[in-house]
Parts: sequence; structure tokens; C-alpha cells
Amino acid sequence: MNKPARRAPQNTLASKRPGRGRFKRQLPLHVMILPAVVILLIYAYVPMLGTVIAFQNYTPAKGFVNSSFVGLENFRYLFSNPNFTNALKNTVIIAFWKMLTGLVVPLAFSLMLNEIGVSWFKRTSQTIVYLPYFVSWVLMAGIIVDIFSPTRGIVNSFLGLFGIDPIFFLGDNKWFRFVLILTNVWKEFGWGTIIYMASLSAIDPSLYEAAMMDGAGRVRQTLHVTLPGLMPTIVLLATLSLGNVLNAGFDQVYNLMSPVTMQSGDIIDTLVYRIGIENGQFSVATAAGLFKSAISCLFIVASYKLADKFAGYKIF
Amino acid sequence: MRLKKSVGRRVFLVVNALLVALISVVCIYPILHILAVSFSSNEAAQGGMVNLLPVDFQLDAYEFVIGNAQFFTSFGVSVKRTLLGLVVNMTITILAAYPLSKTRDKFSGRNKYMWFFVFTMLFSGGLIPGYLIVNATGLIDTIWALVIPSAVPVYNIILLQNYIKGLPGEISESAYIDGAGEWSVLFRIILPLSKPVLATLVLFAAVAHWNSWFDGMIYMNRPQNYPLQTYLQTIVVQLNLKAVTNLSDVTNIAEQNSKAAQIIIAMLPILVVYPFLQKYFTKGIVLGSVKG
Repeated sequence: MNKPARRAPQNTLASKRPGRGRFKRQLPLHVMILPAVVILLIYAYVPMLGTVIAFQNYTPAKGFVNSSFVGLENFRYLFSNPNFTNALKNTVIIAFWKMLTGLVVPLAFSLMLNEIGVSWFKRTSQTIVYLPYFVSWVLMAGIIVDIFSPTRGIVNSFLGLFGIDPIFFLGDNKWFRFVLILTNVWKEFGWGTIIYMASLSAIDPSLYEAAMMDGAGRVRQTLHVTLPGLMPTIVLLATLSLGNVLNAGFDQVYNLMSPVTMQSGDIIDTLVYRIGIENGQFSVATAAGLFKSAISCLFIVASYKLADKFAGYKIF
Repeated sequence: MRLKKSVGRRVFLVVNALLVALISVVCIYPILHILAVSFSSNEAAQGGMVNLLPVDFQLDAYEFVIGNAQFFTSFGVSVKRTLLGLVVNMTITILAAYPLSKTRDKFSGRNKYMWFFVFTMLFSGGLIPGYLIVNATGLIDTIWALVIPSAVPVYNIILLQNYIKGLPGEISESAYIDGAGEWSVLFRIILPLSKPVLATLVLFAAVAHWNSWFDGMIYMNRPQNYPLQTYLQTIVVQLNLKAVTNLSDVTNIAEQNSKAAQIIIAMLPILVVYPFLQKYFTKGIVLGSVKG
């Protein structure tokens, strides 16, 4: 009789001894994972090492090796530069409002959807509000510029019905951030709604029956059954969104911003692009990017820790 | 129990339904509007006369787009990058997720590998070093610049390995007893069982590639190498923003209706598959949030 030869080793001693045999047996697994490892090494880990140019006066002609080190000079330059501090401020403001609206709007909308009994209506509505999430920001920006235009935009013609003069939404620093946050809600709230709807459908229906037996009306059912049922999801999304504290959304901002609205709309990512790719100041741009990556990394790690603690969430 | 709903409840239901309807309409309105503009005359579009229905219905904008060689070239680049990217992404995802789904005593480096992957989600070198390495490896102005740097979708790999972990282990155990190696277990047993989640991952990888524009903008110098979204970025967005800068978009004489037509065509692949595959679209998102 052949006993299974590939059983998991029963104890560590047994698994340590035939070390070479084990590696040979597991060789296919190492081979499978190799392509991903090589590509990540080249295109993710080498760039991490490449951040060394943030501490250099890097020129492409000299390369990493021969460029002179300048210590924290690039960071000092950044923090004394009003463009950078302005971008940092804008980033935090825009990201904060996106995080807040990203939590509240989908929650409110899923509670509203949940009250709808006519299933075709509910389904149609879901199909419609999820759609913008899957369209790129480039195309959305093309549409947004059109509908917010002061001369031909439908938003201004609508406001005109109430006697409001045309507002130059995308050319006015008073309005620009508002438009960013509003259109971000439009494009992204389907994502959160999908998640909340999934966790609403997971609430045990017998809890509602029990609440009804106890004489709870719809309001109390919402307060005492629905919201507690959603709480783990709310906590999870809230903690995970912390990792986005410096993510104000490059795709959206870059495609909607113009020099006129730079004061209220310029964010770290657009600044890095401008000074790095457009002006070729590689070292300063890398320093700004590294600042963002480092802070974001702290927040992402903290958010995973919190999500694990409060919602039992583990990424793997 | 009373079966009849109270008056207050009925009022609430009606108001709630109206609000949901209103929000849905506001969501879809801009897209329908741009569709109407694409079928209207340019004068009507410029004058802001178009609402939900085309004014002076015509196909001029689409004829213009069909005659636009750059549009077709870019459309081709997008199709190519999406197909190529899909094959590369899925191959890498499957090959990496399977070993990672093993426990540590079946695959001894598993946890070290896992951290190697996850760390790239926590920290990145940023735009400039990434650009420099793409440049140094000679990918600039080749289709591979759009495929290789994003070839390893770490998040999808984690989702897939979670899914594989959840499959019953007995089936692969019995295959090992029959003398099957890891490769045949992966392709004969694990993959067929993973079809539902693979469908979702294919869809998400395809949408990501189709929608991607920034890599085309920084890695491609020649316009004939631009994918569609990058090309549209240059004509739809940059021109409009120039008009904003001039503080009056009257100077913007570009054809509104042909821009609208190009937006619609670029959106078309997603608009066409979305209603039929909505289940997979939503599943992909739920999979990522609730532990898969």
C-alpha cells in the first residue's frame, strides 16, 4: 500500500531534516511565483531604492552613483516653498472631504434603497448609480467640463431658472474644491453603496421579525437592527479610508485643474508631476513624492492595525 | 399585527422613492446629456441648447470621428494593451496566488513572499524613480511600458489566494496521492474551481487597462503610441482647460459634438458589457472589502 508521500510534516524536526528534498519538492511553487517577484523587484523595489535621489542633486547625465549628496536640502527647499505648503494644505482638505462624503453618502443612499420594495425599481437604480464608478476620470472630466460650463452647461442653465447668474465653477477658486468633492461623490458613491448593500443583505431577517414582535416600528428597526448590523462595515470602511489621508485623487484633479484654480486645487501629486516630469527637477519632485509615500505608509499601516482591532479585518 | 401601512409610513415611502429616483436621474443625466450632444449639431451644442434629446439630429460627429486616423490608431493601441495586459496580469496573478495560498509548511517561504508582495502596497518609490526605471529598462514608447510596470496586481493576487485557501483541500490531496504535481493540481483542479472569482478578476483587469491614461501620457512620446484615454485626455480635457484659462470659453471653437462622440465611443465597451456583467462588477468590489 502506498501511503501518501506528500503529507504535511508532523513536526518541525521531521520537516527540517530533508531540507534539500523539501526544496526540490517545493521547487514548482518557487518557479510559479518567480515572474511576479522579478517584476516587483525591478518596477517596485528598485524605485524604492531610487528615492535616494531625494537626498541628491540628481542629474540624469550623472546617474544615482555620481550625483552629489545634499542631505535634506531638497526637503528644506520644499517646506519653504509656498507652492508645496499650499499643495499640502489642499491635499489634506480635499482628501478629508472625500473620505467623509465617501462614508456618509453611500450609507445614507443604501438605507434609502433598502426601504424600496419594488424590486425592478431598486435594481434599475443600483445599476445606474454604480455605473460612473467604472468610467475613467478622463471621460468624466470631459463631461464635467461640459455640464459646468458657464455658457452652455446644464448646471448653470438650471441655476438660471432661479435667477442665479452663471457661475464659472471650474475657473473660480471659491468653487473649485466644491466641484471636486461633488463630482467625486457622483463618480465614487456607487462603490460604497455596493459594499453597504452587500452587508445589508447579510443581516439576519429573523432579527427584523423579532423586533417587529416587540412592537418596533421602521425607525426603531433601522436604529436597533440595521445600523448595528452595518456597524462592522462602517468601522471597516472608516478605518481603511485613513490610508487615503494624502490621496486627494490625481486623476480627477489633474484633469479638471487649470492654472487659474491651482491655488485651491493643486495637490501633492499634481505638484510632483509638474516639477518632476514637466520641469525636470527630479530630485525635488522625488523628495515631495517620498514625503507623501512615507506619511501615507504610516497611515496605511495604522489603518490596517485599527481595522484588524475593531473589525477583525486582515488583508491576508 | 396591522397589515395596513400607516399614513406616515406611506408618505415616507413615496418621498423616499422620489428621492432615490431623483438621485438616479442626476447620476445618469450627464452621460445621457453627452450622448444627446454627440447626435446634435455643433451650433446647438455650443449654444447650450441640447438637453436630453439631440437637437438637429445628425451623425456628423460620428462621421468626423470615423475619419479621424489618430482616433483609430489610439483605439487600436487600447485594444492591444488591454488584451496583452489581461493575459500578462492574469498569468501572473494565477501563478503567484497559488503558491501564496499554501500554508507555511507546504511552501516554506510563503510568509516572506507574502510580505514582499504586501510591502509594495504600503510604500512606493513614487512617480519619478518609477519613471526613471521604465526609461532605464528601455520601455519608453513601446507597448510594454503600458503592460510590464503594472503586470503584478498585488491586490488581485491577495484576493485570489484568499479564495483558493477557502477551497476544500481534500480534492487536491487526492490528486497528490494519484501522483499529480503542483502544475497539474493548479491547472486541472484549482483553476476550474476558481472560475467565478477569475471572471471577476478578468473583468477588473480589463476595465483598469481600458481606463488607464496616465502611463500612456508619461511613457509615450509619440502620439501614434497613445492609448485612447491618453489621446482623449489631450483633446477633450486639455483643450477645455485652455478655454477655462482664457476665462471665457467662447474662444473655444473646438467641435463640442465630436468631442462628445469620442467620449461616448471610448465609454462604449464598458456601457455595453456593464449591464450584462453587473453581477461580476459588484462582486469584485464586495470581494475586496469583505474578506474574500
